[in-house]
Amino acid sequence: MGCARGIPMTKAALPILTVLAAIVGIWYLAVAPMNIRVALDTVERTGAVVTPEGSVERRAVSVWRLMAQNREHVSAGYALDRPRLPTPAQVGGELWKTTGEMAAKGRAWSKRSLIYHSWITLRSTLWGFVLGTSIGIIGAIAIVYSRVADLSIMPWAIISQTIPIVALAPMIIVVASQLGVESRGVPKAIISAYLCFFPVLVGMVKGLRSPEASQLDLLKTYDASGLQTFLKLRLPGSVPYLFTSLKVGIAAALVGTIVGELPTGAISGLGARILIGDQFGTPLAIWAALFAAAILAGLLVTVLDVTQRLTLGRMGMRA
Amino acid sequence: MSWLFFGLGFWLIAWGVNIWLARSAWSGTRAVKVLVPVIFGVTLIVLWEAGVRGLNVSPVILPPPSQVAQTFAASTDILWIDFVQTVLKGALRGLAIGITAAVICAILIDRSAFLTKGLLPIGNFFAALPIVGVAPIMVNWFGFDWQSKAAVVVVMVFFPILVNTVQGLRSTDAMQRDLMRTYGASYWQTLFKLRLPAAMPFVFNGLKIAMTLALIGAIVAEYFGSPTRGMGFRISTGVGALSIDLVWAEIVVAALVGTSLYGAVAWIEKRVTFWHPSQRNQ
Repeated sequence: MGCARGIPMTKAALPILTVLAAIVGIWYLAVAPMNIRVALDTVERTGAVVTPEGSVERRAVSVWRLMAQNREHVSAGYALDRPRLPTPAQVGGELWKTTGEMAAKGRAWSKRSLIYHSWITLRSTLWGFVLGTSIGIIGAIAIVYSRVADLSIMPWAIISQTIPIVALAPMIIVVASQLGVESRGVPKAIISAYLCFFPVLVGMVKGLRSPEASQLDLLKTYDASGLQTFLKLRLPGSVPYLFTSLKVGIAAALVGTIVGELPTGAISGLGARILIGDQFGTPLAIWAALFAAAILAGLLVTVLDVTQRLTLGRMGMRA
Repeated sequence: MSWLFFGLGFWLIAWGVNIWLARSAWSGTRAVKVLVPVIFGVTLIVLWEAGVRGLNVSPVILPPPSQVAQTFAASTDILWIDFVQTVLKGALRGLAIGITAAVICAILIDRSAFLTKGLLPIGNFFAALPIVGVAPIMVNWFGFDWQSKAAVVVVMVFFPILVNTVQGLRSTDAMQRDLMRTYGASYWQTLFKLRLPAAMPFVFNGLKIAMTLALIGAIVAEYFGSPTRGMGFRISTGVGALSIDLVWAEIVVAALVGTSLYGAVAWIEKRVTFWHPSQRNQ
C-alpha cells in the first residue's frame, strides 16, 4: 500500500502482519460463542448429552453459560457444515475448493467455480470502469473549459452521488430488459459506471486545473493554441490526479457491479453467489464469494498502483 | 410529436438562458450559482416528461415525473412508514454507532505508532472493499428487523471514518504539538484543543462518504429480508408487482434523504471547520 513506499519492506510489513494475525486470532475466538448454539443442536441430534436439553430451553441461556456448561462440545462449533461464523480455515478451504482445486481439474469455467463468477463480475466492472472513466474525463474537460458546464454539472454530479444507487438498481434492470437489452452485463455496467464516474470527475477537474498561472502564461508567450495547451500542459499535469482517482474509481466500480448483482436475481457473478448462498442457506459460499470479491478488489487496485508508478516514472514525476 | 418538440424547445431555451446567465455580469453572484443548476435540473425533468409522453413509453416501464409526483402525494403514509423503518431506525442508528465506534477506535489506535502503521493500510484496504456483501450474513445474525440493517451500516461506515480520523489526528505538525507541550498541556488537553479540531476536515470527508454508504447499506440489507415495511422492501416488491410509480416515489424519497443528509453534514462542516482554507471565501 501507499505508505510502504521508501521504507524497508520488513519494517513496513511487521505491523501489518501483526495486526492481521490479531484479526485472525480474534476471529477464531469469536467462532466459539457465535456457533455454540448451532453446535449444541447438532451434537444433541447425534445423541450427546447437552445441558440444558432442548434448543428452545437453551435460547434463554447466555452463550457464555452454554460454553461453560458444555465445554467438551465447544470444539464442535469449529467444524460445522452451516456455521453462523465459519473459521478462517473453513473459508480458505471453501475458497480453494471453488478456485484452485477446480482449476486443477480443468473445470475453472464450470458454473460452480468462483473463477467463472469472478470473471463475470470483473467483466461488468471493467466495462463500467471504462464507461465511468470516460464520462468522468469528458465531464471534467467540459467543466474546466466551460463555465456553464461548471455551474450546471458540478452540483448535479454531487447530488447524483447522494442518491443511493441501490434504490435505482432494480429499475435500471427493468428498463434495460424492457428496452430489449437481454444481457445482464449492461445494467450492471451502468450501475458501476454511475458509482465510478464521480471520483474520476472530481480528480480530473482538480488535475486539469493544477497547472499554475505562470505555466499557462508561458504557453501563451509560445503562442500555443488551446488544443496545444491542453495536450502539452493540462493533460500531462493531470496524470497524477487521474491515477489517484482511478484507484478510487475501480473500487467503486466493483462495489457497483456487486450491488447490481445482489438485489436482481442474477445467476452469475460474485454478488449472485452471495445471493444464492443466502437463499440456499450455505454460509460458506457467501463467505468465499466475499473473500473472492476482496481479492479481486485488491488485485485491481494493485494493478493500477503499479501502472501509476511506471507511468509517472516514465513521465519523470515522482510516484 | 408535439410533446417532443416542446421538450426540445424547452431544452434549447433553457440552455440559452444558462449560457447567458453564466456570461452575464452577475455570473459570480449567489443567485446565478443556484439558478443555473436549478434550470439544468428542471430541463432534465421536462425532457423526461416530454420524452415519455412523446414516445408513448408505457408507465409500467418508465412513468413520467408528473405521475411519480401524484403517487408521491397520494401515498405519503406508506412513504413515511418506510422512511421511519429504513432511515430513522436502520441507517441513522447504524451511522451513530458506526461513527462513535470508529472515532473512539481511531483515538485508541493513534496512541500507538505501531498499531497505526499496521491498521492504516488494512483499514484503507477494507474501505475499498464491497462490504455491502455482508448484508445477508448480518440479516442471518441479527434478524429481519432494523438491528440487522443498522449492523450492515456500522460495518460499512466504520472503515472510511476510522481511516480518515487516524489520518486527521496525524495532521498536526511538530511545531503545533511543541507549542502545546510548552504550555504544559496534558495528552487529553492536546487531544481536545489541538488534534481533534485539526482532524475535523478529515473526519468530515469520511462522514460525507459514510452518509451515502449508510443509505446504500440500509436499503440493500432489506433486499435480504425485512418486516413488511421499509424502502428496500417496497422497492423490491414494487418491481415485482409492477407498481413502478411507487418505486419511483421511494427513489425520490431516497434522493431527498441522501441529499439532505449530505447537505446537513456540509452545513455542520462549514461551522466546525470555518478556519480551514477550503472553507474560506465562501
